[in-house]
Amino acid sequence: MQDKNSSNTTNFSSNSNATKVQLHINKTTLHLHVMPWVSLLDAIRDHGKLTGTKKGCDHGQCGACTVICDGKRILSCLTLAVMKDCSEITTIEGIANGEVLHPLQTAFIEHDAFQCGYCTPGQICSAIAMLEEGKADTRDEVKEQMSGNLCRCGANTNIIDAIMEFKDKRNE
Amino acid sequence: MKTSKQIGKSVNRLEGYLKVTGAAKYAGEYDVPDLLQGYIVNSTITKGKILEIDESAAHALSGVVAIFSHNNRTKLPWFDIMYADMDAPPGTPFKPFYNDQILYNGQPIALVVAETFETARYAATLINVTYDEEPFETELAAHLDDARDPKKGIATLIKPLPPSANGDFEKAYNDADAQYAGEFIHGTEHHNPLELFTTTTVYEGDGKLTVYDKTQGTSNCQIYIANVFGLHYKDVRILSPFVGGAFGSGLRPQYQLFLCVMASLELKRNVRVTMDRAQMFTFGHRPQTIQKTRFGATADGTLTAINHTAIAETSQHEDYTEVVVNWANMLYPAKNTLLDYKLVPLDVFSPMDMRAPGGSTGLHAIEATMDALSYILKVDPMELRLLNYAERDVSADKPFSSKELKQCYLQAAEKFGWANRKSEPRTTRRGNRLVGTGMSSGIWDVIALPAKAKASINKKGKLKVKSAVTDIGTGTLTVMTQIAADSLGIHIDDVTFEYGDSNMPLSPIQGGSYTTGVVGSAVKAACESLKKKIFKKAKKMNNSTFNSVALEDVVFEDGSIYLKQDKSNFVTFKEIIADNDGKKIKASKNNIPNVLKLKQYTRAAHSAAFVEVEVDEQLGIVNVTRAVTAVAAGKIINPKTARSQILGGMIWGISKALREETLMDHNLGKYMNTDLGEYHIPVHADIHELDVIFVDEKDDIINELGSKGVGEIGLASMAPAIANAIYHATGKRINKFPIHFDQLL
Repeated sequence: MQDKNSSNTTNFSSNSNATKVQLHINKTTLHLHVMPWVSLLDAIRDHGKLTGTKKGCDHGQCGACTVICDGKRILSCLTLAVMKDCSEITTIEGIANGEVLHPLQTAFIEHDAFQCGYCTPGQICSAIAMLEEGKADTRDEVKEQMSGNLCRCGANTNIIDAIMEFKDKRNE
Repeated sequence: MKTSKQIGKSVNRLEGYLKVTGAAKYAGEYDVPDLLQGYIVNSTITKGKILEIDESAAHALSGVVAIFSHNNRTKLPWFDIMYADMDAPPGTPFKPFYNDQILYNGQPIALVVAETFETARYAATLINVTYDEEPFETELAAHLDDARDPKKGIATLIKPLPPSANGDFEKAYNDADAQYAGEFIHGTEHHNPLELFTTTTVYEGDGKLTVYDKTQGTSNCQIYIANVFGLHYKDVRILSPFVGGAFGSGLRPQYQLFLCVMASLELKRNVRVTMDRAQMFTFGHRPQTIQKTRFGATADGTLTAINHTAIAETSQHEDYTEVVVNWANMLYPAKNTLLDYKLVPLDVFSPMDMRAPGGSTGLHAIEATMDALSYILKVDPMELRLLNYAERDVSADKPFSSKELKQCYLQAAEKFGWANRKSEPRTTRRGNRLVGTGMSSGIWDVIALPAKAKASINKKGKLKVKSAVTDIGTGTLTVMTQIAADSLGIHIDDVTFEYGDSNMPLSPIQGGSYTTGVVGSAVKAACESLKKKIFKKAKKMNNSTFNSVALEDVVFEDGSIYLKQDKSNFVTFKEIIADNDGKKIKASKNNIPNVLKLKQYTRAAHSAAFVEVEVDEQLGIVNVTRAVTAVAAGKIINPKTARSQILGGMIWGISKALREETLMDHNLGKYMNTDLGEYHIPVHADIHELDVIFVDEKDDIINELGSKGVGEIGLASMAPAIANAIYHATGKRINKFPIHFDQLL
């Protein structure tokens, strides 16, 4: 438990402690004035109004909050917004090219690679960045490298089928 | 436009685009102006009384708007009935913030409402609670002697208690040539859908609320909130168009809904309350259950005696029950049976239906016992099931409405390659790993309930169908759209299904694998009623060819009515509506099942699972390398989404057998592994080859569609098949779930 008296002196939510942060999300610049303890996930969802990125655990254990930051997949719940000032961030809203779906998104629909859809944005962002990392080639490697993204509905085989199909087509 | 039959077609999920682009909005994602954020404080003791809640430090924080607890709650009704919901078991429903009593560890005791989420979360840590603690009991195994019969109530209508004993079990068991007795221990499990339980309440003024809630029943939550807070039903609108998984956890209104609504009404503001992951372990769960079996058979493999008993935990305030022990005698027609199901009330929250409730628990005991008997009798495990195949449900003395389980065994065995199996355990190795195969039967009952739907057709020839039902990821939107399209003979693109809204026609909670059958039948009935009205209008048109024609003499196809005899005679729906001054034609139907007819039959879906495992005895690792599940569930409306349901069930089976369990420290009465790092579910790397077969099955009894539902049946047979495969691989019969590495070393 916190010392009760110390909190009185902290002007917790006023803007006196807020920090200016610029996030380049999906090619749009978002100017934020956030407290230093606001996670990148909450900044994206609550301040940026981009709710495609999901909160499943807020502890880095489920992968639902995965976004692509400066080309790498990161867990936005374990990242503070202030750490990513001036970073290039791609969320699920930035994966399609306008109305035209990314081929992995199409593959997800074709393979029925989701049920409730809540882990889906994280799975898709994670898979795209994973393939860029170039560490996964075989199905087993893809499964291993995607294992930070949980799916509770049990769409696992369909998710991996969709990723493999996209990967194989990409390599053709 | 030429229409093709949609039922039976693998239509992609209609909401797929929204889900893969992040555009699908879940309960906590609506952009509501001037939104306040709530954070819940939970009890850290298990039983006793709150003496004081010191809120001073939290109140001193700028940005904190209000703190609610039993001390300053809204006036609430006294009577239990006002808190009852569609899934309430017999007893007294839990009433949040009702008084100072602590009933279980993690009980919500205060709500901090603040301008920002971060402020609310921090302020919640500053609240100091002092308690008067009382002794408590949470360990089922320590209280088996206290087990008692469950109370009866409305819930027991669809969850029947065990049938009474038949024949003379003890004599038959003692006389049996082969006997197996086992004890089966199952721990607590929590649903853990990936989306956290969230409510966003929009305060509309004048006691009116629009509520975005994570739930499996919009009508259920509407009735609950209206009753508890004394509001008019029509002033409470619950919306839940996207639900990030539920698996039973949303069958009852959860406490964040209650707290969010209370705060919103008190403050006259828009409020959001979201649980954190640890709080997802502070309400319903699959109950810890201890089962015992004793099965006896003659030397030729005929099962003569079945004794199956289960003792499960419940809370002190409600008698939650599930169907655990009724299945064995439905599957195997032994003449001497002794079935018993008892409860032990403990200081925990009420358990709750969790995917294949009861069935997944009971079938493990039944199917592992059958497996053990097969080795004693030296009969192939599938052969033993076939030898004891029930053509009729002897436990209820009724015929099955349909049953293609035999085809499930045969088709799955064929695909799996069961015929090549070596019967002796511990005979196959792959590198340093032992390889084993096992199988199991599965069964899940088909429930019929009333539901309502509305259908209307507009001047553009577009059909709109409405129901309050949710789509928790099962494919309900897509399946209902397919059913509506076929019912009216219209192109699927011309159909809109509106759902997930309590303003729409009443639907039961979405669960028990009955949604497709129950709501689908209502959708079909509403469309049939609409057809009659459209036809009536067509007959009234000038120079109508249908003047002297009966409904039986026409067909509805391609958005038109055709004369059966002469298809060159037709009128389009658009022409009919144009003649109706462009006014919509509407129909509404309350579909009530014919209980008298249904009662004459046992109605169930069946499955058979065949599984291969690899076991590394040095490390205790188990891998489910491949599995085939064949399912007989009547008409499959959409094979693609249905297959996904079965795959999901199979993965839940892997999880149940090998991964998930909530562990409690009984000294504290508190669950210990309340996060997704410690509550293990399978990850992608754990899941290998999974195959699904749908066996043809025709059923004219169960409902208008002949569809049995597929949400639970994939899980029912999977977990026991894994346990049986582990025995075949290692020679070790492990009857405690989940099977851990230490038991295999």
